Amino acid sequence: MAAVIETKDLAVAFGEGKARETIFHHLNISIDEGEFVTLVGVSGAGKSTLLRVISDLIPSLEGSIEINTVQVRSRRPIAMVFQASNLMPWRTITENISLGLEGIEISDEEQQKRVDDTLDLIGLPEVRDRWPYQLSGGQRQRIGIARALAVDPDILLMDEPFGAIDAITRTGLQEELLRIWSETKKSILFVTHDIEEAVYLGDRVLLLGGKPAEIVKEYPITLDRKERREGQAFLKLVEEVKAGLHEAIAMTNNGE
Amino acid sequence: MKPITRYVLSATGLVGFLLFWEGLARSGILEPHLLPPPSTIPPALVSEINEGIWQSMVWASLRHYTIGFFIGSFLGVTLGVTVALFPRVDASQAWLARVLRPIPPLAWIPFAIIWFGISETAAAFIISIGIFWINYFTAMNAVQAVDKDLIEVARAFGHRTFPALLRKVIMPGASPGILAGLRAGLGQGWMTVVAAELFGIQGIGQRMIEASGLLATNVVILYMFSIALLYGISDYIFVSIQQRILAWQQ
Repeated sequence: MAAVIETKDLAVAFGEGKARETIFHHLNISIDEGEFVTLVGVSGAGKSTLLRVISDLIPSLEGSIEINTVQVRSRRPIAMVFQASNLMPWRTITENISLGLEGIEISDEEQQKRVDDTLDLIGLPEVRDRWPYQLSGGQRQRIGIARALAVDPDILLMDEPFGAIDAITRTGLQEELLRIWSETKKSILFVTHDIEEAVYLGDRVLLLGGKPAEIVKEYPITLDRKERREGQAFLKLVEEVKAGLHEAIAMTNNGE
Repeated sequence: MKPITRYVLSATGLVGFLLFWEGLARSGILEPHLLPPPSTIPPALVSEINEGIWQSMVWASLRHYTIGFFIGSFLGVTLGVTVALFPRVDASQAWLARVLRPIPPLAWIPFAIIWFGISETAAAFIISIGIFWINYFTAMNAVQAVDKDLIEVARAFGHRTFPALLRKVIMPGASPGILAGLRAGLGQGWMTVVAAELFGIQGIGQRMIEASGLLATNVVILYMFSIALLYGISDYIFVSIQQRILAWQQ
């Protein structure tokens, strides 16, 4: 399968002159078409920063990002789901989902259809005319996902999207996301600090650590998703990644 | 408290105050010339309206007020937003604003007369000054307080030019603060309107000075209440518009 996104020796630094600090370097990540990759790591290793560099919100210092998708003017190749859903409070749900559709070349009818379709896809057609404050945290986060899906991206970047949500709602949202993923075949790069979540969702778990950070380990998860919530094999994998993370934390601290 | 109880208590407070005042004047404790009883105000209103004075004074003041309000608000919001958006403009105004801001609007009266004469423009100018500063600072703060995360969201979804960010995030995000500033200016404007007319420009202020010279204190009070009424109406209209615009707020 072809990689839809490939970074080559990517590096990012913040600050100027002597205060300059390299956050990560030599970062080589590739995500295949339709692949679900989860990224965990030491805090401060630049997980969120990586997503922002890929979506061109922050400039990189070195290296390159290749995005191999068919460029069409009626779509955006990449879309991001944020940690807090960050809906615009002055826009109705419909208007929030339209945000990324404004400025790409589609007709008003097509825009309306995309909004309706994504609302159906996430299973919230009834909230279309409400204001964000009238929705629960879980619903808002689903609208955040709908806003990203509406631009029909090839790559979905997700920055700890379920981090601020209670455990029960989070489990529901994870199931929902897997369903949407299997229906839409998007490639996903999903950042989380929750290792169980990373192992549960991902085809592959990447571990970011060190100072400056790089990918220190990679765990392919071949277990069938139906067997992932519980069972020895799943728990063993979670333990394995946790051990890897502890090692990475120790390595990061020694590097100072 | 039930809304009805609140309503009754509010009305009782106002009626009680008027009765107490009437009693003080009638009993002779207060000289009627110093503080006329409220019962003398309705006849004053009738005679002022019959002579056409009330209408023309209110109309004149309303004109000064409206012009001053729009000019002061427009300049205040525009400059306040500009300062918040451009750090260089912000730096260049910091000391200037500190020098000019504490000068009360009424201190500009001599210059208003020298520049514009005893004219409606002079009155509107003085009214606009107070309104300008309120809007200048509230608009500046409102823009500075716009959620930076939402700007990032807009950029992530392809809106990267300055006009697009201004239209899609900054102005809507700052709108509650800007509207609050406009409302505060609406009140401030009525406070300066009387003073701006004291030096002879036709309007409520001028009529009040005239009446007090004749010891027609009931006429003075009539116009005091007229201002309160005008303020009440304009604030009510403003708040209903504001609520429509900000329907998205909790």
